[in-house]
Amino acid sequence: MIEFRDVSYNVNGIQVLSGLNLRVAPGEILVLLGRSGSGKTTTLKLVNRLVSPSSGQVLVNGAPNDQVDVIRLRRGIGYVIQEAGLFPHFTVARNIGLVPKIEGWPEERIRARVQEMLQVVGLGPDLALRYPHQLSGGQRQRVGVARALAADPAILLMDEPFGALDPLTRDELQREFTLLQRRVHKTVVFVTHDLREALRLGSRIALMEAGKLVTVLTPNEFVKSPDPWASAYVRAFGDGLESAANRGTS
Amino acid sequence: MNLLRFFVQNHTEVLESIRGHLWLVGWSTLFAMLIGVPLGILIAHRTQLGQPVLATANIIQAIPALALFGFLLPVPWLGARADRLAILALTLYALLPIIRNTYAGIRGVDAAVVEAGRGMGLTESQLLFQVELPLALSVIISGVRVAVVISVGLATIAAAIGAGGLGEFIFRGLAMVDNRVILAGAIPAAILALLADFGMGWIEKRLRPQ
Repeated sequence: MIEFRDVSYNVNGIQVLSGLNLRVAPGEILVLLGRSGSGKTTTLKLVNRLVSPSSGQVLVNGAPNDQVDVIRLRRGIGYVIQEAGLFPHFTVARNIGLVPKIEGWPEERIRARVQEMLQVVGLGPDLALRYPHQLSGGQRQRVGVARALAADPAILLMDEPFGALDPLTRDELQREFTLLQRRVHKTVVFVTHDLREALRLGSRIALMEAGKLVTVLTPNEFVKSPDPWASAYVRAFGDGLESAANRGTS
Repeated sequence: MNLLRFFVQNHTEVLESIRGHLWLVGWSTLFAMLIGVPLGILIAHRTQLGQPVLATANIIQAIPALALFGFLLPVPWLGARADRLAILALTLYALLPIIRNTYAGIRGVDAAVVEAGRGMGLTESQLLFQVELPLALSVIISGVRVAVVISVGLATIAAAIGAGGLGEFIFRGLAMVDNRVILAGAIPAAILALLADFGMGWIEKRLRPQ
Protein backbone atom coordinates (compact mmCIF):
# COMPACT_ATOMS: atom_id res chain seq x y z
CA MET A 1 0.00 0.00 0.00
CA ILE A 2 2.72 2.42 1.07
CA GLU A 3 6.38 1.70 0.68
CA PHE A 4 9.48 3.72 1.45
CA ARG A 5 12.51 2.70 -0.58
CA ASP A 6 15.86 3.98 0.62
CA VAL A 7 14.39 7.35 1.42
CA SER A 8 16.60 10.14 2.67
CA TYR A 9 15.69 13.73 3.29
CA ASN A 10 18.04 16.62 3.96
CA VAL A 11 17.16 20.21 4.44
CA ASN A 12 19.85 22.91 4.57
CA GLY A 13 22.53 20.26 4.95
CA ILE A 14 20.83 18.63 7.92
CA GLN A 15 19.99 14.97 7.59
CA VAL A 16 16.39 14.65 8.73
CA LEU A 17 15.89 11.11 7.45
CA SER A 18 18.35 8.58 6.18
CA GLY A 19 18.03 5.24 4.46
CA LEU A 20 14.41 4.64 5.37
CA ASN A 21 12.95 1.34 4.18
CA LEU A 22 9.46 0.55 5.35
CA ARG A 23 6.25 -1.02 4.09
CA VAL A 24 2.78 -0.31 5.32
CA ALA A 25 0.35 -3.14 4.62
CA PRO A 26 -3.25 -2.55 3.54
CA GLY A 27 -5.64 -2.22 6.47
CA GLU A 28 -3.01 -1.94 9.18
CA ILE A 29 -2.31 0.87 11.59
CA LEU A 30 1.38 1.53 11.43
CA VAL A 31 2.49 3.72 14.30
CA LEU A 32 5.57 5.88 13.87
CA LEU A 33 6.91 6.24 17.39
CA GLY A 34 9.76 8.50 18.36
CA ARG A 35 10.92 11.63 20.06
CA SER A 36 10.50 15.14 18.72
CA GLY A 37 12.92 15.54 15.84
CA SER A 38 13.22 11.81 15.18
CA GLY A 39 11.78 12.28 11.69
CA LYS A 40 8.38 10.70 12.19
CA THR A 41 6.32 13.66 10.99
CA THR A 42 8.62 14.06 7.99
CA THR A 43 8.07 10.40 7.19
CA LEU A 44 4.31 10.96 7.30
CA LYS A 45 4.49 14.01 5.05
CA LEU A 46 6.52 12.09 2.49
CA VAL A 47 3.42 10.00 1.81
CA ASN A 48 1.22 12.89 0.64
CA ARG A 49 4.18 14.80 -0.75
CA LEU A 50 4.07 17.71 1.64
CA VAL A 51 7.73 16.75 1.72
CA SER A 52 9.69 15.36 -1.23
CA PRO A 53 12.59 12.99 -0.57
CA SER A 54 16.15 14.06 -1.35
CA SER A 55 16.78 10.53 -2.56
CA GLY A 56 14.86 7.30 -2.74
CA GLN A 57 11.25 6.65 -3.58
CA VAL A 58 7.89 6.59 -1.87
CA LEU A 59 5.33 4.26 -3.40
CA VAL A 60 1.65 4.75 -2.81
CA ASN A 61 -0.73 2.13 -4.20
CA GLY A 62 2.20 0.58 -6.04
CA ALA A 63 3.21 3.70 -7.94
CA PRO A 64 5.97 6.17 -7.08
CA ASN A 65 4.05 9.10 -5.64
CA ASP A 66 6.04 11.68 -7.56
CA GLN A 67 4.70 10.30 -10.83
CA VAL A 68 1.06 11.00 -10.12
CA ASP A 69 -0.71 14.34 -9.95
CA VAL A 70 -0.03 15.67 -6.46
CA ILE A 71 -3.58 17.05 -6.02
CA ARG A 72 -5.13 13.69 -6.99
CA LEU A 73 -2.69 11.92 -4.68
CA ARG A 74 -3.62 14.09 -1.70
CA ARG A 75 -7.36 13.90 -2.24
CA GLY A 76 -7.06 10.14 -2.03
CA ILE A 77 -5.32 10.35 1.35
CA GLY A 78 -7.01 11.53 4.54
CA TYR A 79 -4.91 13.84 6.69
CA VAL A 80 -5.49 14.56 10.37
CA ILE A 81 -3.18 16.75 12.42
CA GLN A 82 -2.89 17.85 16.01
CA GLU A 83 -5.50 20.45 16.96
CA ALA A 84 -7.26 19.12 13.86
CA GLY A 85 -6.23 22.06 11.61
CA LEU A 86 -9.88 22.85 11.00
CA PHE A 87 -10.69 25.94 8.96
CA PRO A 88 -11.83 28.45 11.58
CA HIS A 89 -14.04 30.35 9.12
CA PHE A 90 -15.92 27.24 7.94
CA THR A 91 -18.74 25.55 9.79
CA VAL A 92 -18.31 21.94 10.86
CA ALA A 93 -20.39 20.88 7.85
CA ARG A 94 -18.23 22.84 5.41
CA ASN A 95 -15.05 21.53 7.00
CA ILE A 96 -16.19 17.94 6.67
CA GLY A 97 -17.62 18.45 3.20
CA LEU A 98 -14.62 20.26 1.79
CA VAL A 99 -12.93 17.50 -0.18
CA PRO A 100 -16.25 16.14 -1.53
CA LYS A 101 -17.10 19.69 -2.59
CA ILE A 102 -13.85 20.39 -4.41
CA GLU A 103 -14.23 16.94 -5.95
CA GLY A 104 -17.51 18.19 -7.40
CA TRP A 105 -20.01 16.01 -5.55
CA PRO A 106 -23.62 17.20 -5.84
CA GLU A 107 -24.84 19.27 -2.85
CA GLU A 108 -27.38 16.68 -1.77
CA ARG A 109 -24.78 13.93 -1.61
CA ILE A 110 -22.37 16.14 0.33
CA ARG A 111 -25.05 16.98 2.88
CA ALA A 112 -25.91 13.34 3.38
CA ARG A 113 -22.22 12.44 3.64
CA VAL A 114 -21.61 15.12 6.26
CA GLN A 115 -24.46 13.77 8.41
CA GLU A 116 -23.16 10.25 7.97
CA MET A 117 -19.64 11.27 8.97
CA LEU A 118 -20.86 13.14 12.05
CA GLN A 119 -22.58 9.96 13.14
CA VAL A 120 -19.51 7.84 12.40
CA VAL A 121 -17.37 9.96 14.72
CA GLY A 122 -20.07 10.15 17.40
CA LEU A 123 -21.21 13.75 17.01
CA GLY A 124 -24.79 14.99 16.96
CA PRO A 125 -26.26 16.35 13.71
CA ASP A 126 -26.89 19.68 15.47
CA LEU A 127 -23.15 20.37 15.49
CA ALA A 128 -23.04 20.73 11.70
CA LEU A 129 -23.67 24.46 11.76
CA ARG A 130 -21.26 25.33 14.54
CA TYR A 131 -17.84 26.84 14.01
CA PRO A 132 -14.67 25.12 15.27
CA HIS A 133 -14.15 27.65 18.09
CA GLN A 134 -17.56 26.68 19.46
CA LEU A 135 -16.44 23.07 19.96
CA SER A 136 -14.45 21.34 22.68
CA GLY A 137 -11.00 19.96 21.87
CA GLY A 138 -12.35 16.44 21.65
CA GLN A 139 -15.16 17.49 19.33
CA ARG A 140 -12.73 19.34 17.08
CA GLN A 141 -10.57 16.28 16.83
CA ARG A 142 -13.59 14.16 15.92
CA VAL A 143 -14.45 16.65 13.20
CA GLY A 144 -10.86 16.39 12.00
CA VAL A 145 -11.24 12.62 11.65
CA ALA A 146 -14.64 13.01 9.97
CA ARG A 147 -13.17 15.47 7.49
CA ALA A 148 -10.32 13.13 6.65
CA LEU A 149 -12.73 10.24 6.06
CA ALA A 150 -15.35 12.21 4.13
CA ALA A 151 -14.18 11.38 0.62
CA ASP A 152 -13.55 7.77 1.69
CA PRO A 153 -9.79 7.64 1.07
CA ALA A 154 -8.05 4.27 1.39
CA ILE A 155 -5.18 5.81 3.35
CA LEU A 156 -5.29 7.90 6.49
CA LEU A 157 -2.34 9.91 7.78
CA MET A 158 -2.61 11.00 11.40
CA ASP A 159 -0.05 13.27 13.02
CA GLU A 160 -0.46 13.17 16.80
CA PRO A 161 -4.21 13.63 16.37
CA PHE A 162 -4.99 13.07 20.05
CA GLY A 163 -1.86 14.73 21.42
CA ALA A 164 -3.47 17.92 22.70
CA LEU A 165 -6.41 16.29 24.46
CA ASP A 166 -6.92 15.71 28.16
CA PRO A 167 -6.28 12.09 29.24
CA LEU A 168 -9.94 11.13 29.56
CA THR A 169 -10.95 12.49 26.17
CA ARG A 170 -7.84 10.99 24.61
CA ASP A 171 -8.70 7.60 26.07
CA GLU A 172 -12.23 7.89 24.71
CA LEU A 173 -11.10 8.86 21.24
CA GLN A 174 -8.47 6.13 21.11
CA ARG A 175 -11.07 3.54 22.02
CA GLU A 176 -13.54 4.84 19.47
CA PHE A 177 -10.89 5.05 16.81
CA THR A 178 -10.04 1.39 17.33
CA LEU A 179 -13.70 0.49 16.88
CA LEU A 180 -14.02 2.77 13.87
CA GLN A 181 -11.00 1.20 12.22
CA ARG A 182 -12.59 -2.25 12.53
CA ARG A 183 -15.42 -0.95 10.36
CA VAL A 184 -13.59 1.15 7.82
CA HIS A 185 -10.30 -0.78 7.43
CA LYS A 186 -8.18 2.13 6.32
CA THR A 187 -4.47 1.90 5.88
CA VAL A 188 -3.32 4.19 8.64
CA VAL A 189 0.03 5.79 9.37
CA PHE A 190 -0.14 7.23 12.86
CA VAL A 191 2.50 9.47 14.42
CA THR A 192 2.87 9.67 18.18
CA HIS A 193 5.47 9.99 20.90
CA ASP A 194 3.22 8.23 23.39
CA LEU A 195 4.15 4.56 23.74
CA ARG A 196 0.90 3.74 25.48
CA GLU A 197 -1.03 5.10 22.50
CA ALA A 198 1.24 3.25 20.10
CA LEU A 199 0.69 -0.07 21.87
CA ARG A 200 -3.00 0.49 22.06
CA LEU A 201 -3.66 1.47 18.45
CA GLY A 202 -0.82 0.06 16.40
CA SER A 203 -0.83 -3.13 14.36
CA ARG A 204 2.89 -2.55 14.21
CA ILE A 205 5.14 0.07 15.75
CA ALA A 206 8.01 1.62 13.82
CA LEU A 207 10.43 3.11 16.28
CA MET A 208 12.42 6.05 15.00
CA GLU A 209 15.43 7.79 16.45
CA ALA A 210 17.50 10.63 14.97
CA GLY A 211 16.22 10.22 11.43
CA LYS A 212 16.63 6.48 11.32
CA LEU A 213 14.22 3.61 11.61
CA VAL A 214 15.38 1.60 14.61
CA THR A 215 13.01 -1.35 14.43
CA VAL A 216 9.48 -2.39 13.49
CA LEU A 217 7.65 -4.57 16.01
CA THR A 218 4.14 -5.60 16.97
CA PRO A 219 2.92 -4.21 20.30
CA ASN A 220 3.50 -7.56 22.01
CA GLU A 221 7.00 -7.86 20.66
CA PHE A 222 7.71 -4.27 21.56
CA VAL A 223 7.16 -4.60 25.31
CA LYS A 224 9.47 -7.63 25.44
CA SER A 225 12.03 -6.37 22.98
CA PRO A 226 15.69 -6.46 24.01
CA ASP A 227 16.39 -3.61 21.60
CA PRO A 228 18.01 -0.85 23.69
CA TRP A 229 15.85 1.94 22.25
CA ALA A 230 12.62 -0.02 22.59
CA SER A 231 13.39 -1.10 26.15
CA ALA A 232 14.37 2.46 27.04
CA TYR A 233 10.92 3.50 25.92
CA VAL A 234 9.24 0.73 27.87
CA ARG A 235 11.19 1.66 31.00
CA ALA A 236 10.31 5.34 30.62
CA PHE A 237 6.63 4.55 30.43
CA GLY A 238 6.72 2.17 33.35
CA ASP A 239 4.09 -0.27 34.54
CA GLY A 240 0.86 -1.33 32.97
CA LEU A 241 2.07 -1.48 29.39
CA GLU A 242 1.52 -5.22 29.02
CA SER A 243 -2.20 -4.77 29.34
CA ALA A 244 -2.13 -2.01 26.73
CA ALA A 245 -0.29 -4.32 24.35
CA ASN A 246 -2.69 -7.18 25.05
CA ARG A 247 -5.83 -5.21 24.26
CA GLY A 248 -6.60 -7.48 21.31
CA THR A 249 -6.46 -10.77 23.20
CA SER A 250 -8.32 -9.94 26.38
CA MET B 1 -22.31 82.06 13.10
CA ASN B 2 -20.13 83.29 10.29
CA LEU B 3 -18.84 79.90 9.34
CA LEU B 4 -22.26 78.32 9.17
CA ARG B 5 -23.50 81.17 6.98
CA PHE B 6 -20.50 80.68 4.72
CA PHE B 7 -21.36 76.99 4.32
CA VAL B 8 -24.97 77.77 3.54
CA GLN B 9 -24.11 80.47 1.03
CA ASN B 10 -21.51 78.29 -0.70
CA HIS B 11 -23.09 74.89 -0.27
CA THR B 12 -23.03 73.97 -3.97
CA GLU B 13 -19.36 74.70 -4.17
CA VAL B 14 -18.62 72.84 -0.92
CA LEU B 15 -20.59 69.80 -2.07
CA GLU B 16 -18.85 69.92 -5.44
CA SER B 17 -15.48 69.93 -3.65
CA ILE B 18 -16.49 67.00 -1.45
CA ARG B 19 -17.50 65.10 -4.57
CA GLY B 20 -14.16 65.95 -6.19
CA HIS B 21 -12.34 64.90 -3.04
CA LEU B 22 -14.13 61.56 -2.91
CA TRP B 23 -13.38 61.08 -6.60
CA LEU B 24 -9.63 61.39 -5.95
CA VAL B 25 -9.70 59.22 -2.82
CA GLY B 26 -12.02 56.60 -4.35
CA TRP B 27 -10.05 55.98 -7.51
CA SER B 28 -6.66 56.08 -5.81
CA THR B 29 -7.78 53.63 -3.13
CA LEU B 30 -9.23 51.32 -5.76
CA PHE B 31 -6.02 51.38 -7.81
CA ALA B 32 -3.90 50.94 -4.70
CA MET B 33 -5.94 47.86 -3.76
CA LEU B 34 -5.71 46.44 -7.27
CA ILE B 35 -1.93 46.76 -7.15
CA GLY B 36 -1.24 46.39 -3.44
CA VAL B 37 -3.26 43.29 -2.59
CA PRO B 38 -1.75 41.10 -5.35
CA LEU B 39 1.72 42.44 -4.49
CA GLY B 40 1.15 41.67 -0.82
CA ILE B 41 0.00 38.15 -1.70
CA LEU B 42 3.04 37.69 -3.92
CA ILE B 43 5.56 38.71 -1.27
CA ALA B 44 3.78 36.65 1.38
CA HIS B 45 4.48 33.58 -0.75
CA ARG B 46 7.87 34.63 -2.15
CA THR B 47 9.36 36.05 1.00
CA GLN B 48 12.69 36.91 -0.65
CA LEU B 49 10.78 39.62 -2.58
CA GLY B 50 9.31 41.04 0.61
CA GLN B 51 12.27 43.17 1.61
CA PRO B 52 12.72 45.04 -1.72
CA VAL B 53 8.99 45.56 -2.30
CA LEU B 54 8.29 46.87 1.19
CA ALA B 55 11.42 49.04 1.10
CA THR B 56 10.31 50.61 -2.19
CA ALA B 57 6.84 51.32 -0.85
CA ASN B 58 8.44 52.79 2.25
CA ILE B 59 10.63 55.14 0.22
CA ILE B 60 7.62 56.34 -1.80
CA GLN B 61 5.83 56.97 1.46
CA ALA B 62 8.74 59.08 2.65
CA ILE B 63 8.64 61.51 -0.31
CA PRO B 64 6.89 64.72 0.77
CA ALA B 65 3.52 64.95 -0.95
CA LEU B 66 4.07 68.35 -2.49
CA ALA B 67 7.40 67.18 -3.93
CA LEU B 68 5.82 64.05 -5.41
CA PHE B 69 3.12 66.09 -7.13
CA GLY B 70 5.87 68.32 -8.46
CA PHE B 71 7.96 65.39 -9.75
CA LEU B 72 5.01 63.94 -11.63
CA LEU B 73 3.96 67.21 -13.21
CA PRO B 74 6.25 66.97 -16.30
CA VAL B 75 5.11 63.39 -17.15
CA PRO B 76 3.34 63.83 -20.54
CA TRP B 77 -0.05 62.03 -20.37
CA LEU B 78 -0.38 62.51 -16.63
CA GLY B 79 0.57 66.14 -16.51
CA ALA B 80 -2.16 66.94 -19.02
CA ARG B 81 -4.83 66.50 -16.37
CA ALA B 82 -4.24 67.39 -12.76
CA ASP B 83 -6.71 64.85 -11.39
CA ARG B 84 -4.94 61.93 -13.11
CA LEU B 85 -1.72 63.06 -11.60
CA ALA B 86 -3.24 63.47 -8.15
CA ILE B 87 -4.84 60.01 -8.35
CA LEU B 88 -1.48 58.47 -9.27
CA ALA B 89 0.31 60.21 -6.42
CA LEU B 90 -2.39 59.21 -3.91
CA THR B 91 -2.28 55.64 -5.24
CA LEU B 92 1.46 55.49 -4.59
CA TYR B 93 0.96 56.71 -1.03
CA ALA B 94 -1.81 54.24 -0.34
CA LEU B 95 0.30 51.28 -1.47
CA LEU B 96 2.44 50.84 1.63
CA PRO B 97 -0.29 50.18 4.21
CA ILE B 98 -2.18 47.92 1.80
CA ILE B 99 0.86 45.87 0.76
CA ARG B 100 2.13 45.64 4.31
CA ASN B 101 -1.18 44.52 5.77
CA THR B 102 -1.89 42.02 3.00
CA TYR B 103 1.55 40.56 3.59
CA ALA B 104 1.10 40.49 7.36
CA GLY B 105 -2.44 39.14 7.10
CA ILE B 106 -1.49 36.21 4.90
CA ARG B 107 1.68 35.42 6.83
CA GLY B 108 -0.43 35.51 9.98
CA VAL B 109 -2.76 32.70 8.88
CA ASP B 110 -2.10 29.66 11.08
CA ALA B 111 0.49 27.55 9.26
CA ALA B 112 -1.18 24.36 10.49
CA VAL B 113 -4.45 25.35 8.83
CA VAL B 114 -2.71 26.05 5.52
CA GLU B 115 -0.79 22.81 5.73
CA ALA B 116 -3.96 20.88 6.54
CA GLY B 117 -5.57 22.39 3.46
CA ARG B 118 -2.61 21.57 1.27
CA GLY B 119 -2.48 18.05 2.68
CA MET B 120 -6.15 17.55 1.85
CA GLY B 121 -5.47 18.35 -1.77
CA LEU B 122 -6.51 21.97 -2.17
CA THR B 123 -4.78 23.58 -5.13
CA GLU B 124 -2.69 26.68 -4.46
CA SER B 125 -5.45 28.93 -5.80
CA GLN B 126 -8.12 27.16 -3.72
CA LEU B 127 -5.87 27.65 -0.69
CA LEU B 128 -5.50 31.32 -1.49
CA PHE B 129 -9.16 32.11 -2.17
CA GLN B 130 -10.84 29.76 0.29
CA VAL B 131 -8.39 29.80 3.18
CA GLU B 132 -5.71 32.48 3.16
CA LEU B 133 -7.64 35.49 1.84
CA PRO B 134 -10.78 34.97 3.94
CA LEU B 135 -8.68 34.55 7.07
CA ALA B 136 -6.49 37.56 6.24
CA LEU B 137 -9.37 39.76 5.12
CA SER B 138 -9.85 41.79 8.28
CA VAL B 139 -6.13 42.58 8.44
CA ILE B 140 -6.15 43.59 4.76
CA ILE B 141 -9.20 45.81 5.31
CA SER B 142 -7.49 47.48 8.24
CA GLY B 143 -4.63 48.34 5.85
CA VAL B 144 -7.14 49.80 3.40
CA ARG B 145 -8.64 51.76 6.27
CA VAL B 146 -5.28 53.35 7.08
CA ALA B 147 -4.76 54.07 3.37
CA VAL B 148 -8.15 55.77 3.02
CA VAL B 149 -7.65 57.97 6.06
CA ILE B 150 -4.19 59.02 4.82
CA SER B 151 -5.60 59.69 1.34
CA VAL B 152 -8.43 61.89 2.60
CA GLY B 153 -5.82 64.08 4.31
CA LEU B 154 -3.29 64.03 1.48
CA ALA B 155 -5.89 64.73 -1.18
CA THR B 156 -6.23 68.26 0.18
CA ILE B 157 -2.73 68.91 -1.16
CA ALA B 158 -3.85 67.89 -4.65
CA ALA B 159 -5.47 71.32 -4.94
CA ALA B 160 -1.94 72.75 -5.12
CA ILE B 161 -1.66 71.35 -8.65
CA GLY B 162 -5.22 72.23 -9.51
CA ALA B 163 -6.79 68.80 -9.05
CA GLY B 164 -9.73 70.12 -7.06
CA GLY B 165 -11.11 68.65 -3.87
CA LEU B 166 -11.52 70.27 -0.49
CA GLY B 167 -7.95 71.55 -0.61
CA GLU B 168 -9.20 74.31 -2.95
CA PHE B 169 -10.82 76.05 0.01
CA ILE B 170 -7.79 75.57 2.19
CA PHE B 171 -5.36 77.04 -0.33
CA ARG B 172 -7.79 79.84 -1.24
CA GLY B 173 -8.33 80.64 2.43
CA LEU B 174 -4.58 80.72 3.02
CA ALA B 175 -4.16 83.14 0.13
CA MET B 176 -7.07 85.31 1.31
CA VAL B 177 -6.03 85.03 4.97
CA ASP B 178 -9.62 84.05 5.69
CA ASN B 179 -10.11 81.36 8.32
CA ARG B 180 -13.71 80.74 7.29
CA VAL B 181 -12.59 79.63 3.84
CA ILE B 182 -9.85 77.41 5.28
CA LEU B 183 -12.33 75.78 7.63
CA ALA B 184 -14.83 75.28 4.81
CA GLY B 185 -12.27 72.86 3.37
CA ALA B 186 -10.69 71.54 6.55
CA ILE B 187 -13.87 70.64 8.45
CA PRO B 188 -15.49 68.53 5.72
CA ALA B 189 -12.10 66.86 5.11
CA ALA B 190 -11.80 65.97 8.79
CA ILE B 191 -15.38 64.66 8.86
CA LEU B 192 -14.73 62.57 5.75
CA ALA B 193 -11.61 61.09 7.37
CA LEU B 194 -13.53 60.25 10.54
CA LEU B 195 -16.42 58.73 8.59
CA ALA B 196 -14.04 56.66 6.48
CA ASP B 197 -12.22 55.49 9.59
CA PHE B 198 -15.44 54.58 11.34
CA GLY B 199 -16.98 52.88 8.31
CA MET B 200 -13.92 50.84 7.47
CA GLY B 201 -13.49 49.96 11.14
CA TRP B 202 -17.01 48.62 11.19
CA ILE B 203 -16.40 46.48 8.08
CA GLU B 204 -13.13 45.25 9.53
CA LYS B 205 -14.80 44.14 12.74
CA ARG B 206 -17.55 42.34 10.86
CA LEU B 207 -14.97 40.42 8.84
CA ARG B 208 -12.70 39.47 11.71
CA PRO B 209 -12.64 35.68 12.12
CA GLN B 210 -13.49 34.40 15.58
